[in-house]
Amino acid sequence: MSTELVEPRTWRWGKWVIPFAVLPFLALLAYGFRTDPRAIPSPLIGRPAPPFALAAFDGGRVSLEAMRGKIVVLNFWASWCYPACYEEAPVLERNWQAYRDKGVMVVGIDIQDREEAALKFIRQFGLSFPNAPDPEGKVSVDYGVYGVPETFFIDRNGKIRKKHVGAVTEELFRSEVERMLKDAT
Amino acid sequence: MRRTAPALLVLIFVATVAATPPPGSVNEEAVQEIAAQLRCVVCQNLSVADSPSETANQMRRIIRERLRAGDRPDQVVAYFVDRYGEWILLSPRPQGFNLLVWVAPFAGTFAGLVGLILLMRRWSRRSASAAPITQVDPDTRERIRREMADLES
Repeated sequence: MSTELVEPRTWRWGKWVIPFAVLPFLALLAYGFRTDPRAIPSPLIGRPAPPFALAAFDGGRVSLEAMRGKIVVLNFWASWCYPACYEEAPVLERNWQAYRDKGVMVVGIDIQDREEAALKFIRQFGLSFPNAPDPEGKVSVDYGVYGVPETFFIDRNGKIRKKHVGAVTEELFRSEVERMLKDAT
Repeated sequence: MRRTAPALLVLIFVATVAATPPPGSVNEEAVQEIAAQLRCVVCQNLSVADSPSETANQMRRIIRERLRAGDRPDQVVAYFVDRYGEWILLSPRPQGFNLLVWVAPFAGTFAGLVGLILLMRRWSRRSASAAPITQVDPDTRERIRREMADLES
């Protein structure tokens, strides 16, 4: 009768194998569930902004080369991008007006859009900064854009300092631009 | 022999020229092959090859153009990784932390098999070593006899 109570030595520690084997998986799951699957780190931060030259909606030409030495806020948008693009458009226009004399450029690139819808959007918000369509999607691929809106903050040396996914807010625009203005002086 | 050498050279030259595709023509299969490795950036879990979206269409066009310009397939893939990060690759590269994805299933299967073999060996050993019951004490024997008799009556 008493033999049943004495377990074999191996079985005694063997009982702990399964709970211990589960621990790394729990740790992995805990790590995985804490990360945001939509947050995709851009490899472009700190690198020179890819050059581009596009024909603007107003008939002019928009090129990064022509803006050398200026701080550039490069915004990718689309007229169908509701509500985020509609939220940030007034913010971009307001801050363009506030900072244009301080060596800051705001540039809009309209992707995956129809011309008349884009023009209506520009009129609706009275956007006065340069806006250009990217009909072949080359500029958006060069910037690793995967959705709209996405905004790149480019410093005076032409380096990408920050990428923001989602609508640009007043605070974000000001803090990023002020930071770059301070760095440059 | 001396006379055939120039002819041979011409032949080799012609063969080489014929073998290299003219610039401007791109193998559509090569485009598809590269597109299948890339994640369609506006989709959920679709490759650039499988997605009907405009973005995927533009990305396929870029692949085609880069191949036409003389890029090797791995250079085209590197072009996209350079801009989007490794996220753009549908199967992560087997290096660093990514290795876990490649190694863990095999390691898990192996550990499971080893565990199963050990367990089965223990079970078979235990049943073999279990002592047959040879002795029954008189009281039990008497009880069994009585109950059998009850059943029969």
